[in-house]
Amino acid sequence: MTVQQILFLLVAAGTLGSAFMVVSVRNLVHAALWLIAALGGIAILFVFLSAGFLAVAQVVIYIGAISILIIFTIMLTRNVAIDPGKQMNSSWVGALIIAVALFVLNVLILSQWSEINKTAPVLPAQYDALRLLGLALVNPNGYVLPFELASVLLLAALIGAILIAWGRR
Amino acid sequence: MVDPINFIAQWLRNLMAGWRLSAGLITVILDVIGVLVLSVFVLLVAIFLVWVERKVVARFQDRLGPNRVGPYGLIQPFADILKLLIKEDLTPKGADRLVYNLAPIIALATVLLLWAVIPLSPYVVGSSINVAVLYIVAIGSISTLGIIMAGWASNNKYALLGAFRTVAQMVSYEVPMVIVLLIPVLLSRSMGIQDIAKAQTPFWNWYIFLAPVAAAIFLITSIAEIGRAPFDLTEAESEIVAGFHIEYSGMKFGMFYAGELLHALTIGALFSTLFLGGWRGPFVDQVPFLGIFYLFIKSFLIYYVIMWIKYSVPRIRIDHMLNFNWKFLTPISIALLIVTAVLDKVLQTSPHWVYWLGMLMANIFIALVSLSLVRRYGQSKRIAVGSPRPVARPENIYPQNSTSGD
Repeated sequence: MTVQQILFLLVAAGTLGSAFMVVSVRNLVHAALWLIAALGGIAILFVFLSAGFLAVAQVVIYIGAISILIIFTIMLTRNVAIDPGKQMNSSWVGALIIAVALFVLNVLILSQWSEINKTAPVLPAQYDALRLLGLALVNPNGYVLPFELASVLLLAALIGAILIAWGRR
Repeated sequence: MVDPINFIAQWLRNLMAGWRLSAGLITVILDVIGVLVLSVFVLLVAIFLVWVERKVVARFQDRLGPNRVGPYGLIQPFADILKLLIKEDLTPKGADRLVYNLAPIIALATVLLLWAVIPLSPYVVGSSINVAVLYIVAIGSISTLGIIMAGWASNNKYALLGAFRTVAQMVSYEVPMVIVLLIPVLLSRSMGIQDIAKAQTPFWNWYIFLAPVAAAIFLITSIAEIGRAPFDLTEAESEIVAGFHIEYSGMKFGMFYAGELLHALTIGALFSTLFLGGWRGPFVDQVPFLGIFYLFIKSFLIYYVIMWIKYSVPRIRIDHMLNFNWKFLTPISIALLIVTAVLDKVLQTSPHWVYWLGMLMANIFIALVSLSLVRRYGQSKRIAVGSPRPVARPENIYPQNSTSGD
């Protein structure tokens, strides 16, 4: 086992552990911080896959925007630390069965995939994934339509937010 | 000439290869050593920064500053550190102990993380990733997190208020900052910060000449991101005592303090890499190692400018802070990005001096137009405040046109 594999296993275990803590701790702010740890672990996994752009985008969007928003919302609520309610409801057995079944199904399907044991090809030094991604986003044969649609959607959200904040004149 | 740092790294690699370690392990060990060396070096610079900061602020305030301990007071920061180390380490009652202790670590670590992508010389860079500009933005958002954690975990209303202000400020100033960061990316056709530094080849091609307004906006938004005066609403002493770090004492406070100083220098390094050519300087092609000195000279220059602003400008009010960002900086940066992109495409085939002059003129035009718009707006506001208001006096309420005799 190489060092890279050990590091991968450590990060994967950390991510899974953090994800478990997100749903099991009682303190809401702690849960949000564990969520950030889990998302950061996923960013590191992207780095292992040499997908630098995805890793950084993961940090910018999920940690920088969404988690900060979650924490901000939690801080505005009361009694974040003491929530004496039950952590499980009655349908936890069903949820567990479905989760295990999905996991087993995933493993089964992936193990039959012929390329599962293939090692990743070494990319040439000139291979610039970021440039290819950028070109694909503006290429008419590529993803220009989804890209523009997403832009229009975000613009609409932006204008909507301004309209709400504008007040009545 | 061989670069000493790469030479040592190559020597260590060969040494460990002689011990029959696997290639992957050697890479990991070398990376860890590199991280340690870089962090220790940057933290040592931070100790020196304490002295620089105190000496410079003293000069701005017509004082001498530290001058008792050692020559020119150079040993003063060590005395400061000793004082911080032997101070009692308090944890307030009701504080969230884990988060409370984690916050100063995150605050300092995020600053150190920024140094991972700053190219120190043509061949010495922590990690030459092709998304370095986006990485800087990502790390900036994590540093917001450290401050929120500190504010929330302290169990103090002033700390929480400071944290709220921080979120409002950092999240909003990120918007023009990201837009403006796109301009060097656009001019150099790369998101890698090393490529940006390499693209500014003769000194007149530094992006401060091609995009001066972008440079100014980057500096302003960076100061807001650090939370230094005039944007230090997060620790406004007269309003919320000390803001998010009110409950911290001893070395934990020291970490916030060192983080802030170091962040200012890091902004200087980023600014000089993005707009001042980074490690570029005379003879750097022959002796690449000189790049480190050039980078630090430029960084300290920008650091001086940041201190200059900090100690000359009073703190701005919170609504002014938000208005300044959303109604002034953001529209300008969007206009600047559009104009730069269009001009870049239009002038692509024209001779270089036309391109250069066109970019500079467009920037000056945008700056003049926006400043005159702001001046006109300010004038109209001042006229509205300064003009005489209707007063509830009888002659104002009952117009007296016929009774002129009494």
